[in-house]
Amino acid sequence: MIEHYLSLFIKSIFIENMALAFFLGMCTFLAVSKRVETAVGLGIAVVVVQTITVPVNNLIYNHVLREGALAALGFEELDLTFLGLITYIGVIAAMVQILEMVLDKFVPKLYNSLGIFLPLITVNCAILGGTLFMVERDYIFGESVVFGLGSGTGFAIAIIALAGVREKMKYSNVPEGLRGLGITFITVGLMAIAFMLFSGIQL
Amino acid sequence: MKFLRNFLDKQEKHFLKGGKLETFYPLYETADTFLYTSAAPTKSASHIRDVMDLKRMMMMVVIALVPAVFMAFYNTGLQANLGLQELGAASSPHWQAQVIEWLGLGFDPTNILGNIIFGALYFLPIYIVTLAVGGFWEVLFAVVRKHEVNEGFLVTSLLFPLILPPNIPYWQVALGISFGVVIGKEVFGGVGMNILNPALTARAFLFFAYPAEISGDKVWVAVDGLSSATPLAQFADSAMSVSYSWMDSFIGLIPGSMGETSALACLIGAAILIFSKVGSWKIMVSVIVGTILTTLALNAVGSDTNPMFGLPFYWHFVIGGFAFGTVFMATDPVSAAMTENGKYVYGFLIGFFVVLVRVVNPAFPEGMMLAILFMNVFAPIIDRYFINKNIKRRLARNVI
Repeated sequence: MIEHYLSLFIKSIFIENMALAFFLGMCTFLAVSKRVETAVGLGIAVVVVQTITVPVNNLIYNHVLREGALAALGFEELDLTFLGLITYIGVIAAMVQILEMVLDKFVPKLYNSLGIFLPLITVNCAILGGTLFMVERDYIFGESVVFGLGSGTGFAIAIIALAGVREKMKYSNVPEGLRGLGITFITVGLMAIAFMLFSGIQL
Repeated sequence: MKFLRNFLDKQEKHFLKGGKLETFYPLYETADTFLYTSAAPTKSASHIRDVMDLKRMMMMVVIALVPAVFMAFYNTGLQANLGLQELGAASSPHWQAQVIEWLGLGFDPTNILGNIIFGALYFLPIYIVTLAVGGFWEVLFAVVRKHEVNEGFLVTSLLFPLILPPNIPYWQVALGISFGVVIGKEVFGGVGMNILNPALTARAFLFFAYPAEISGDKVWVAVDGLSSATPLAQFADSAMSVSYSWMDSFIGLIPGSMGETSALACLIGAAILIFSKVGSWKIMVSVIVGTILTTLALNAVGSDTNPMFGLPFYWHFVIGGFAFGTVFMATDPVSAAMTENGKYVYGFLIGFFVVLVRVVNPAFPEGMMLAILFMNVFAPIIDRYFINKNIKRRLARNVI
């Protein structure tokens, strides 16, 4: 049992890295990776949001939306999965709102440095992607906790590595036309080649 | 030599500002500094200069590569001749074989000179294509962006053919080195500013662009129609017996990419690099330590289905690209970790990932190339951690 969870954890961090294997959440990935400090902050925010929202959505999916989930209330044939997308986004938005208020109250420095990007996590496709993967693969509750933590950690590792590379690149003499986002896209592509190291591992 | 200097001085005026060939100044500058030291004095306040400049550093790497190049010649020819013998063929349709016939050397694996020339006929065209195509991009960028053509390219262009199989089509060589030089290096501003090792970037690009041809599960011998498994694949499949001895693998008499089969040649190269302080012994040692510890751990875990778990560490050292990668690729001063303590972490993790990929990843038989690229990505973060740690320690020391 532990072995199964461990391999799911490793798999969601490295082999199925949200940012560098699926290219999800690119907008935040590219925009908030200029400095390592902010990247660490955003990474932690993604880990926290992901670890909360994936299991919560898992509970909602299994006990409310799924076909026959409301059988106890007398709706045996009711299938609410068509409400899935709107529900998941609603849950994510609510979680981010709560997280934002907590950060503002207790860690104002991190709150200020994250700025607009914290609300943007709401529409970060890596977060919604995590939930949708969970639904598609039919994870049980325990698996969804591990998967949420792992995929969030994978995103955090990728964005911190990119921020490190971009800080080093301040000393590079990039051609004018490529400065900024252009060279970042190329760097992300090269990083994805390096992350291919793990593709194909069967766990 | 005086004649050469005078000739260069006479040509200089054409390349200076206002001359006819002003745009090609980087070319003149390259020829001039390659043959002589630069005469340009520093314009701002003076600073300490060392004889160990970029040019000398890169040339030391080229010298350290000489044994590997020699083994590439010899072993490529030897494997081709052995392959022909195994097939019972009198000759091969490749043009290289026709040149050998014309020279009257024959296809005898015991003929050392024949082997060397046969191998050179495979290696040199690939090297020339690399130099010509890669050099074209270098000069183009140097002319347009007005920086100097740098000796760093000599190293990249020599490393790249050494990690290629002998029977690779020339257009793939050209495509690979173009990607490596342009995307891997020049878009970042040239030598010293790149993130990943350009030669490895080029090789990884070919690996993923044409996986059917160079994925590394079949041997690379310069003979058509010969097909057998590489040593790594033989270890991975319990149904196959291992047909190479450890000593052969150590000396490099096994099929593989041209320059990387010989651990012995890499060891000589390592001695030169460490003695001249060009390559970091910390990285090499920690890669080896990482490999040994990971292998021992995996040996202890064991597996019923995967015989790679039981492979002892001394085999990991001599097969695949391990030795070549450890000595020449991982120590690349640009893309490796720069802090002294960071080098230990960087090297150790390379060793860890190589063994992990070789053992548990069925998609790739070899993991050296990607493990080094992977750690290149994380080198800046490792450096940052140790720099911040040092800053904190010094601040703490200075509290009154």
